[in-house]
Amino acid sequence: MPAPLVEAINLRKYFKTAKGMLHAVEDVNLKVYPGKTLGVVGESGCGKSTLGRTILRLHQATSGQVLFQGEDILKYRKKDMKKVHLNMQMVFQDPYSSIDPRMSVRGIIAEPLEVCGALSDKKEINERVEQIMELCGLPANHANLYPHELDGGLRQRVGLARAMAVSPKFIVCDEPVSALDVSIQAQILNLLMDLQDDRGLSYMFITHDLCVVKHISSEIMVMYMGQVVEYAPTEELFRNQLHPYTRALLAAIPTVDLSRRNRERHTLTGEVSSPINPAPGCRFAPRCPYATEQCRREYQLREVSPGHFVACNQCR
Amino acid sequence: MADNTKNTSENLLEVSDLHVQYRTDDAIVHAINGLSLRVKQGEKLGLVGETGAGKTTLALSILRLLPARVGEITQGSIVYNGDNLLDQPESFMLGLRGKRISMIFQDPMTSLNPTITVGKQILEVLDLHFPELSKADKSEKVDEILKMVGIPPSRKEDFPHQFSGGMKQRIVIAMALIAEPELLLADEPTTALDVTIQAQILDLMRELKDKFNSAVILITHDLGVVAEFCDTVAVVYSGRVVEYGTVEQIYARRENHPYTSGLFNCIPDLTSNAPRLVPIPGRMADPRIPIEGCCFADRCPHCTERCRKAAPPVVERDGHGIMCHLFTEGGER
Repeated sequence: MPAPLVEAINLRKYFKTAKGMLHAVEDVNLKVYPGKTLGVVGESGCGKSTLGRTILRLHQATSGQVLFQGEDILKYRKKDMKKVHLNMQMVFQDPYSSIDPRMSVRGIIAEPLEVCGALSDKKEINERVEQIMELCGLPANHANLYPHELDGGLRQRVGLARAMAVSPKFIVCDEPVSALDVSIQAQILNLLMDLQDDRGLSYMFITHDLCVVKHISSEIMVMYMGQVVEYAPTEELFRNQLHPYTRALLAAIPTVDLSRRNRERHTLTGEVSSPINPAPGCRFAPRCPYATEQCRREYQLREVSPGHFVACNQCR
Repeated sequence: MADNTKNTSENLLEVSDLHVQYRTDDAIVHAINGLSLRVKQGEKLGLVGETGAGKTTLALSILRLLPARVGEITQGSIVYNGDNLLDQPESFMLGLRGKRISMIFQDPMTSLNPTITVGKQILEVLDLHFPELSKADKSEKVDEILKMVGIPPSRKEDFPHQFSGGMKQRIVIAMALIAEPELLLADEPTTALDVTIQAQILDLMRELKDKFNSAVILITHDLGVVAEFCDTVAVVYSGRVVEYGTVEQIYARRENHPYTSGLFNCIPDLTSNAPRLVPIPGRMADPRIPIEGCCFADRCPHCTERCRKAAPPVVERDGHGIMCHLFTEGGER
């Protein structure tokens, strides 16, 4: 196994709120390998976006480490972060609000090149913008258009082109296809996979959609209220889910397979409780049909088979 | 659709050859172009299509809630229980909306009034449609429906912002069902929700539907949700129903409209292991420009000269209709 490109160690992000500490990300450990995709799945509010942003230092971590090629980037000073951002970029969920409506497509894609100081010559920048646009499937004559003239799929390509402009090694994709129609979603997913094949990119792919994540990831991490509940290679996870939450999540997905239509379903009852000053122990316990006293006291992520981690006291 | 006039007695709702336009400052947008469909009593119809296909416009047309002066029904009829809704006075519609036909809107966050307690908002439906009930009776009915959708009645004094997304959608469903409507229009009722909450809401809608035997038109872009919930499917593209039939007929994937096949191919599915998705190339035709031939021609892998010239008719076999030249005489199939 090669050395991981990005690694998070005991990463923690708390937010101060009027009601107390909000534990958004709790002791997360993860590794992203070169040319691979780590899928991060969970429902809204589970901390998956916060995790992605904390890794890129868009949020300041409360504690823990983020290693990029072995170096802890959380220790870097602000001006050194620009160099880090040449290698680590992000694509956001909403293609309508994540690009500046008052900048042209060319301006949007050129901006990271100027900010990170990758290129300074105007001609070079223009050439690079054109290359990147072609790479991301944007017609060359769209360079002078403004975001409102583009539809959702094209805007998301602009968002991706902006991230790709500095030729990063690692991209955090935060729900990049959730706001798109299925036919457009497939185009963007294919584009992401092509870019990965061509350039050996690594992704951290954040989504709530297990079908999408199965399609694109090599490893999957399932989160619940800031905690990692299960972490395994994709095939292993779909063959052998161990955590009750992962199972419930999979069972809840509607499928086009009619033979599974009237299957026995274990619908989860209740809803996610508050992540503000949470009780110790497993945070899924209040909704878990198998929870015991022990679950309410302790939470521990254990390796049950090589590469397969589960945070459940009940499965051995 | 060919036999629209048949079975009049059985059909709760019959939409025939509906055309709807939106007039904007610089163009006329042809949102619905000759759409026809039928819904029987107690039927669960899934209306599937992408953004801009005209799904929501159809629901708004049925309720005659199109934006005044901008949206206009130019042609066609919407017959509900024998009455053409397009000929009825507004007073008739007022008695219909919320009582016999109700609607669940897509976004539970914005479809509730943030300044009124949820109990009062549900009560409003009863005040409007059942003024004869006593105050105590009404209050009891509100408690009953809240319990049914899984919200403790003690919370009816709370405001919408005090509820989570899933709970707000339950409240919207409670509002839609309290008058026990014959027809429920559910516009993407679970799109804004997480999958585990979506499963809860679909279970709830199934339960309530069985209880009241309402017909449901479920508007969605999610083929999986349709497979789990609906009896029949209508696939909408560019303001037309391009394919309709029972869930079994359509999901068997033996004979499908090229657009429906395209939709099936481009969703990542848990059971398949395809390395690449097959996206539908291009995007939906500009609704400002009227289409002469087939509305899907530009994106269709089977497109021929004929498709560009003439709009295809609907070919129906055993109640499974497909609007495509491939299935007509002289077509390939």
